[in-house]
Amino acid sequence: MNTRLWPIMRKEFIHIVRDPRTLAVMFIIPVVQLILLGYAANTDIRHLAIAVFDADHTAQSRQLVEAYRASDYFAISAYVNDESEIARLLDGGQVRGGLIIPPGYADSLLKGRAAQVAFVIDGSDPSVAGTAFAASQSVGQAQGVKLIQQRLGVDFSSLGGIEVRPRVWYNPDLRSSNYMVPALIGLILQFLTGLFTALSIVREREQGTIEQLVVTPIRSWELIVGKIIPYVGIAFFDLGEILLIGVLWFGVPVRGSIPLLAAIALLFLLTTLGTGLFISSVTKSQQEAMLVSFLVLFPGIFLSGFFFPLEAMPAPLQAVSYVVPLRYMLIIIRGIILKGVGLPAFQEQVIALAILGPLILIGASLRFRKSLE
Amino acid sequence: MSPLSLSAEQLTKRFDHFTAVEGVSFSVQRGEIYGLLGPNGAGKTTTIRMLLGLLRPTAGQGTVLGYDIVRQPEEIRRRVGYVSQKFSLYPDLTVAENFNFYAGVYGVARRSISARRGDTLALVGLADQEPVRAASLPGGARQRLALACALAHQPDFLFLDEPTAGVDPISRRALWDLLYALAASGTSILVTTHYMDEAENCYRLAFIYQGRIVAEGTARDMKEQQMQGQVVELDCEPLDRALTILRQAHLFDEAALYGSTIHAIGPDAQAALVQLPGLLADQGVTLHSAEVIAPSLEDVFITRLRHVDQSVHSPA
Ligand SMILES: Nc1ncnc2c1ncn2[C@@H]1O[C@H](COP(=O)(O)OP(=O)(O)OP(=O)(O)O)[C@@H](O)[C@H]1O
Ligand SMILES: [Mg+2]
Repeated sequence: MNTRLWPIMRKEFIHIVRDPRTLAVMFIIPVVQLILLGYAANTDIRHLAIAVFDADHTAQSRQLVEAYRASDYFAISAYVNDESEIARLLDGGQVRGGLIIPPGYADSLLKGRAAQVAFVIDGSDPSVAGTAFAASQSVGQAQGVKLIQQRLGVDFSSLGGIEVRPRVWYNPDLRSSNYMVPALIGLILQFLTGLFTALSIVREREQGTIEQLVVTPIRSWELIVGKIIPYVGIAFFDLGEILLIGVLWFGVPVRGSIPLLAAIALLFLLTTLGTGLFISSVTKSQQEAMLVSFLVLFPGIFLSGFFFPLEAMPAPLQAVSYVVPLRYMLIIIRGIILKGVGLPAFQEQVIALAILGPLILIGASLRFRKSLE
Repeated sequence: MSPLSLSAEQLTKRFDHFTAVEGVSFSVQRGEIYGLLGPNGAGKTTTIRMLLGLLRPTAGQGTVLGYDIVRQPEEIRRRVGYVSQKFSLYPDLTVAENFNFYAGVYGVARRSISARRGDTLALVGLADQEPVRAASLPGGARQRLALACALAHQPDFLFLDEPTAGVDPISRRALWDLLYALAASGTSILVTTHYMDEAENCYRLAFIYQGRIVAEGTARDMKEQQMQGQVVELDCEPLDRALTILRQAHLFDEAALYGSTIHAIGPDAQAALVQLPGLLADQGVTLHSAEVIAPSLEDVFITRLRHVDQSVHSPA
């Protein structure tokens, strides 16, 4: 083993161990983030509170209400006698939606005319509203089909035609924690390794120790590698920590190969460590480094598809997202953990990381060497 | 091996259009303590950085321990110790850990590190401080630890950039005693300072001003051979009025405060001394004594600077 790497790594390790704040951030923040995001970023809808205004008061209207209730998506938390009452409950946030059945609903059905009902949705949380919107329609349509079948006295299945039976794979209950927890692994690895590498190098610049290091026989790659390795170790520790909490606490199923995940994570870390190194070479103080890290990392998170699907973004933003390593890593992590798929399924992403990783790291190293002069 | 440890020939460093070092030449013998003396911004640090291969000279060349400063900086760095002007230790590491780190990166074999640490820390008087964090050491001790770290690999050449800035007089004395001991054992030393009295501790020195060497040699040489004119020390009061009179009267080339006396420098001190008492008495200055004395280093530099400034402002 290279004899100069060892003292650098050992020194870096002492810095980490002696600084309680760094330690806390490294080991506790991932847990807190995981638990917060695992719960808070929940867009599942289950028993969404709605109010019902049934102005028809017929057996048919009661059937429709029952269909909504039985769907599991909605929970009827109030029956009201007035449309304005629904508005009041929505305003107050007591309910997130309202079903309005106008008078004459059953009459229209019996006379063979299209019967209309209204479903109002609180759109202030678009992702919840989107799901509620779809659920309200599908419940209504299913009920409509049932009524037609009754009227015609036939069983549609005997008529052929198209029947779509959606079946959700990988995450059948559509639980968002299953989606979020794997993604958090990527996010936390990026945050820890990127930010802490930058800080540890900039600290030496602030202290003036870097000038001293430059005149030792240390080569710049030894300094880079020696400084980075302890953080890689911590990143893998965190990876295990998050997986464990994800499995034990959130019940996230791990279907794929963990060694494969670790191997690809290493590739991903090249990009994040490179980013950290780059940041350290363009900043002079730890504060500045922190600020630049956030400026770089945050847009990266949004452009990675962590919160919002990339498909929904305007084309220019999508184009930028191709250079965001986290974008590829999220697809890979979700693939391995949720789908249990192997390398062939995300070849492209691995290739992208294999190109970006060395590119960023080498570019940053060159920039870093220059900053030492 | 030749006894020459360092040679600089016409070293020049230009930053954009600003020339920080210009045509600096000097040499250091093996086991010699060589001083680079100069005010702030004179170019001392820049010179050292070129010698260590941290900066590429715009012109000129040099060797350290026989290696070329441009082509073989790695060979040089392996064999020299450097205590930079801003030298800082890792405050969260202990005295022993700081030493071990530098010993490690300089490639001292792991099994010999602890013996080396014992010896070196004893040399600088920190033997009993091994478990103390560097952050809690007083300034003087920190400086000595910095020196110990730079000595970890037993360098043949030691570069010290203003090692005594901000250090109390007792620690300064202790440091110099240490440097003499090192030099006696064959280590060559280049030290920069802007303290005149400290420069007298060096075997030879160069006075560097605005990037150029304006005087060079042993302190004694400078005082005896490079001094132009004679120095008159005046004990009189009030000092400020006397100074104004002297500067206006053109009896001397130069007059400056020197502690509680005035040093006046001119080509013909005897002639000036004849006129002096009357001149001062006329203006109400009481002259207690006035005598020609041997010049100090500071006197030498003041006259040299005058020389340089004149040649800069009125090119021949
Ligand atoms: N990288 C640089 N770019 C531009 N100018 C520089 C650079 N480094 C030094 N200088 C300038 O060169 C001059 C000489 O600086 P240097 O640090 O060598 O002086 P010094 O003799 O060590 O002074 P001090 O006693 O303050 O340490 C100064 O005017 C400084 O501003
Ligand atoms: Mg300096």
